[in-house]
Amino acid sequence: MTIDIRNAPAGSAAPGSPTTGAGEPRAARRTTQRALTWAQVRSALPGALRKLDPRVLYTSPVMFVVEVGAVVTTVLAVVEPGVFAGWIAVWLWATVFFATLAESVAESRGKAQASTLRATQRQTTARRVVGAKDMPAAGSRMDLPTVEVPSSTLRVGDVVVVAAGETLPGDGDVIEGVASVDESAVTGESAPVIRESGGDRSAVTGGTVVLSDRIVVRITAPAGSTFVDRMIALVEGSERQRTPNEVALNILLTSLTIVFLLAVATLQPFAVYSGSRQSLLVLVALLVCLIPTTIGALLSAIGIAGMDRLVQRNVLAMSGRAVEAAGDVDVLLLDKTGTITYGNRRATEVLPVAGTTSRELAVAARLASLADETPEGRSIVDLVDAHHPSVECGVFVGSEPADPTNTQHSTGGVGLPDGAELVVFSAVTRMSGVDLPASATGGVRRIRKGAGSAVELWVRGTGAQVSAADGGQLAALVDAVAGEGGTPLVVAEQVGEAPARVLGVVRLKDVVKEGMRERFDQLRAMGIRSVMVTGDNQVTARAIAAEAGVDDVLAEATPEDKLDLIRREQEGGRLVAMAGDGTNDAPALAQSDVGVAMNTGTSAAKEAGNMVDLDSDPTKLIEIVEIGKQLLITRGALTTFSVANDIAKYFAILPAMFIPVFPQLDVLNVMRLASPGSAILSAVIFNALIILALIPLSLRGVRYRPASASALLRRNLLIYGLGGLVAPFLGIKLIDLLVSLLPGL
Amino acid sequence: MATTTVASDLATLTRHSLAGLRMLLAFTLVTGLAYPLAMTAVGQVAFPWQANGSLVRSDGAPTTSRSDAVGSALVAQGFTGAEYFHPRPSAGAYDTLASGGSNLGPLNPDLVASIEGRKAAVATEDGVTAADVPPDAVTASASGLDPHISPAYAAIQVERVARARGLSDAAVADLVARHTAGRDLGVLGEARVNVLELNLALDVADLRP
Amino acid sequence: MIGVLTAVLSPVVAAVAQILVLLVLLAAVHLPLGAYLARTYTSPNHLRVERLWYRAVRVDPDAEQRWTTYLMSLLGFSLVSVLFLYGLERLQAHLPWNLGLTGFDPAGAWNSAVSFTTNTNWQWYSGEAAAGHLLQMAGFAVQNFVSASVGMAVAIALVRGFARSGTDARIGNFWSDLTRGVVRVLLPLAAVAAVVLMASGVIQNLDPHTALRTVEGASQHVLGGPVASQEAIKDLGTNGGGFFNANSAHPLENPTPFTNLVEIFLLLLIPFSLPRTFGLMVGDRRQGWAILGVMAGLWAASLALTTWAEMAGPGAAPQAAGAAMEGKETRFGLAASALFAVSTTATSTGSVNSMHDSFTAPGGGMLLFNMLLGEVAPGGVGAGLYGMLVLAVVAVFVAGLMVGRTPEYLGKKIGRPEMTVVALYVLTVPALVLVGTAVSVVVEPGLAGVQDPGPHGLSEVLYAFASAANNNGSAFAGLTSGTPFYEVAQGLAMLAGRFIPIALVLALAGRLASQTTVPATSGTLPTHRPLFAGLLAAVTIVVVGLTFIPVLSLGPVVESLS
Repeated sequence: MTIDIRNAPAGSAAPGSPTTGAGEPRAARRTTQRALTWAQVRSALPGALRKLDPRVLYTSPVMFVVEVGAVVTTVLAVVEPGVFAGWIAVWLWATVFFATLAESVAESRGKAQASTLRATQRQTTARRVVGAKDMPAAGSRMDLPTVEVPSSTLRVGDVVVVAAGETLPGDGDVIEGVASVDESAVTGESAPVIRESGGDRSAVTGGTVVLSDRIVVRITAPAGSTFVDRMIALVEGSERQRTPNEVALNILLTSLTIVFLLAVATLQPFAVYSGSRQSLLVLVALLVCLIPTTIGALLSAIGIAGMDRLVQRNVLAMSGRAVEAAGDVDVLLLDKTGTITYGNRRATEVLPVAGTTSRELAVAARLASLADETPEGRSIVDLVDAHHPSVECGVFVGSEPADPTNTQHSTGGVGLPDGAELVVFSAVTRMSGVDLPASATGGVRRIRKGAGSAVELWVRGTGAQVSAADGGQLAALVDAVAGEGGTPLVVAEQVGEAPARVLGVVRLKDVVKEGMRERFDQLRAMGIRSVMVTGDNQVTARAIAAEAGVDDVLAEATPEDKLDLIRREQEGGRLVAMAGDGTNDAPALAQSDVGVAMNTGTSAAKEAGNMVDLDSDPTKLIEIVEIGKQLLITRGALTTFSVANDIAKYFAILPAMFIPVFPQLDVLNVMRLASPGSAILSAVIFNALIILALIPLSLRGVRYRPASASALLRRNLLIYGLGGLVAPFLGIKLIDLLVSLLPGL
Repeated sequence: MATTTVASDLATLTRHSLAGLRMLLAFTLVTGLAYPLAMTAVGQVAFPWQANGSLVRSDGAPTTSRSDAVGSALVAQGFTGAEYFHPRPSAGAYDTLASGGSNLGPLNPDLVASIEGRKAAVATEDGVTAADVPPDAVTASASGLDPHISPAYAAIQVERVARARGLSDAAVADLVARHTAGRDLGVLGEARVNVLELNLALDVADLRP
Repeated sequence: MIGVLTAVLSPVVAAVAQILVLLVLLAAVHLPLGAYLARTYTSPNHLRVERLWYRAVRVDPDAEQRWTTYLMSLLGFSLVSVLFLYGLERLQAHLPWNLGLTGFDPAGAWNSAVSFTTNTNWQWYSGEAAAGHLLQMAGFAVQNFVSASVGMAVAIALVRGFARSGTDARIGNFWSDLTRGVVRVLLPLAAVAAVVLMASGVIQNLDPHTALRTVEGASQHVLGGPVASQEAIKDLGTNGGGFFNANSAHPLENPTPFTNLVEIFLLLLIPFSLPRTFGLMVGDRRQGWAILGVMAGLWAASLALTTWAEMAGPGAAPQAAGAAMEGKETRFGLAASALFAVSTTATSTGSVNSMHDSFTAPGGGMLLFNMLLGEVAPGGVGAGLYGMLVLAVVAVFVAGLMVGRTPEYLGKKIGRPEMTVVALYVLTVPALVLVGTAVSVVVEPGLAGVQDPGPHGLSEVLYAFASAANNNGSAFAGLTSGTPFYEVAQGLAMLAGRFIPIALVLALAGRLASQTTVPATSGTLPTHRPLFAGLLAAVTIVVVGLTFIPVLSLGPVVESLS
């Protein structure tokens, strides 16, 4: 189960207590990295120059062809110097450079984060427990002898002790103890988090600092491939591999390049036949203008930036493949608790049975919950205090006020009389409550609350007949509450040895987070089906699902059910995304196409998923899907734009090439460009500048609003298809106006 | 390794080719012999005149006998005599063993020259201005065997033919009208005059007192 | 009544009415024929005659083949077809019904053998002067049937790839598809069409060509031959190889405007019906409508432009003559010639009822463009559908990204392997056309065949390679292609232009068939709406346009602007 106190209503978390997750992601990290600044460009320059190396560049066939063209034109310009040749060569180099610059800028944004992370990587000393492996499972390792070793020598399975003020030497699981840990180095969140052995909060990350207490940690990752190591590699892009769709797109771009190579190479024989042999310079210029340089130049920057946008939202994708898959997700599995609803059920109403006033029930319920530190218990006290203020100050016996002196009204809100005995919830009785000492009006008063069947059993056990009227009404109340998605909590009391009686029902209810319905509507518009996963029974689950607006529910879900559901959906060809944090979730996370592990979760979960959310916010799945879609749309939009550009370039260059022999082609010079030379040069310059102009867009991604596929296609075709058709006509004309002023052209 | 793969591929291809050969021979029997022979039988029984080339005798009557025939109603003959209506120019000299057009391009200067030449010749021969010479009179047909001319081209030849035969213009024009077909079904293709049938009809008319 | 109508109707109105008659006929027939085709290729049952047939030729028609096996069968069959036809051509002198004609020379025999096997039917020879009746019937006509059936089989295999989910790349049985295409579809339809043509004047006999004396005493040959039976399948199978040199312009192949309409109808019939078959087989008729819409739209646009060009008659020669009647028959006129020409070039048929070389510059350019489109509007039997579906994959790939999903078409993801195949497909034919043309305009034997000077000469050579590589078969016939250089080069272009795409399409089919179908959601790119259809048309035009604009601008464009 996800326990995410940050999302609970204000007041339910004790102020100042360490949170188990991170708070809001640092706003600063998002904004400072978004804009493209000169500083970034400056710092990206060396990388951009290095990437001009043909041994690096050949992986992008489009840009490689441009570079070869740049070399050829440079040689031509040197052999036979001229203004035109010189400018063409310069702008072809600019074209290649803008491409490498785009990639370098995209990478530099990750590098800043990487250097922060690297600071946590300094060599530390670990206190390795000697002989831990021989220890019997039961004993404590806390006080075993230790040896100090450099953290870099730690191996998987080593056990170390880390005390307050020390840095964790590596990734591992807490196997003993509890401590608050400062994970700000990794998550950016300054509030400390609790890490403890067992359960789903046992994972610790190397480089984070223990603030209090001592813990024993079993190392789970070898030095050099810890979580932080992987994060560094990811954000730097050094391990970046082309994603499947990027590869497929590259194939298309390569084939277009070959087609244009053929078209231009064969143009020379046709030109010779027509009596107007073309210079190699002009043919190279034409080729560079025709091949899809815009998308070819920006393709890898788009991919890096997509990963980076996730990083800015504190999500680490372990592979680019996962980001792409996020765009394709058909089914979203969301845990009910903490994702769709606030973390805990809350009491929303008291429903007395006939013969009991609501006040009476409220008082009893409050008493039974005063010492109950579970969120449900606290919410009952909150409810009664809010709606029955007069109840707050005292303990009532029956309908009379109790002796005020007997009341202990502490700041902790505990208002139990002396001698009250708490009855703790046990798996056997499945009830909790309180025994109040005997008072003037009666014997020992026992108040119990619990699930209907358990309380009924207890009531019967006291010799009471759950009367037909009473019981019938109780059953009706219980069913009604359950039917509306609530959890009925039955309250009963027994005074002295008299038969117990049922007082009524407290409605405990999951509270759906605000805005969830709108999110699910958006998802539906995007064609994504949301499935709520919960351990609740069918009836309860369906009611909450209806309230939240999710499409489907998986109720009474075990981890196996979840895994089965994912497999079933995948067999139907659907892609499934889910978030999870527990060890239980690991198989499902591994099976799902997009598995987002919460950073607070176990290392098993983090290993199994293909993304980690440092904020541990399961609703972020929706954002992740949007980022995936945005990435794909940006690729498609710029490809369309790039290809649409070619039409205008033909209108600029072809008349320029052949007007000398076929003057009638002048009618195709629709832009009325000044001269053949200026026309060709303008097209080349436009081709280069458009890359530069689109770098910010490729880094930012095109605007994405959730909408149906048809609406998205129409919009993007209009902007990037039609825009791509028209823009170069204007751009080339404008550039031509300037270029025609160049002397000597 | 590579050689064994190639060898096994070749063996597979050979196996499939042998099946293909059996298939092909079967298809040859069915579609290459049975089908055309059956169609020939149908044609000879049901449409003997058409199936044998729409042959006509000198009196214009249809015949299936090649020895009786003076030509095919569907194939142009190169009439040159003034007393006959002339067909369209033929790129193959009306030779049925060399059907086809000139295939000269729309800007070809040779084509332009020959069009101008034909136009002048037709205008002179038929006594009309060059502007009145219709397009089909000066352009070679696609087949070289086009049996038709346009009603417009027939119209400008009426006077010459009538004069050569000593007939009235009206009588000739009447024959032309009778051998003019409109568009098929009212909309298909174009109206046209069958030159051979018209000329045979003229000959027949001449024999009548 | 009819006379009155004729007198009243202006040429433009008549032209439009003629097109409408054709459209009504096609609209009426394509639905039932599309459904019949779908049944033909999906029915598990064999006809009794087919069972006998399979037993006689000893093939198992029920063995589902993987794409590689399917391709092997197809290549094996085509290989023996080429060899068999080559043999018939070379040995003609020794065969019966040869009309005393000799065998083809090796280069010419190679060219024609490839030409007919690839459904191209490029003819460097003159039928009446080079091919005897046996070669026509047992050689050419047989390939007219089977090469068409091969095209349909490949298209159906690709459709199965889309329709099937999670098989191990099994896409049907080639022998069964081939047989059914002939036995159930082509043969019955051809027989009916042949009867209609005979009744209207197309000859059908086995007589030789004999001389007679004409009215003015000249000598002219009466032609004989089984023409109607061959004419029917020539158009129905989008083959295009004429019995006579003048092809469908020949009055004995296409005697009246009515037979002209019948022939146009025949050549458009199966290509325009297959989208329906596709829609039915993939279980979504709307997908078929979308494909049909794109094909019909492109065809209609091309028709409008060509008809306008021919009726307007720009250019020196048409202006001198008063109309673009050079190379056109009187009975067809401008409109019916344009209608035939657009339909034959848009279907990879290549039969002609007028001489394309003499078309006006924009009109002839349009015919050339129809072929350069890759023969997809509506394209050859089968070849048109699979060509268009490959282009749809390209369109889906780009457009699919723009809706924020990795691209998918009909529930099949278009990933790296699919894109590789499609990219090679898109590359193949343009490469053949451009390289073939470029080589021909620089080497001496290539230039020797060029008839017209200037840009039109380039158009002639470009047209020849566009026609060969796209398996059309029509020509700007001013080009003298009966030379060893062109015979060999064109043969290579036809062979590569047919079988490389087929191999790629079958690979794609196998790949798709092995994929699990992804269910559509509202986030899926809808591929049945007008928006996508428009996009597909645009992709078709732009991909072709961008590839060929340079060479077109030196040929038809310059001519048109002269």
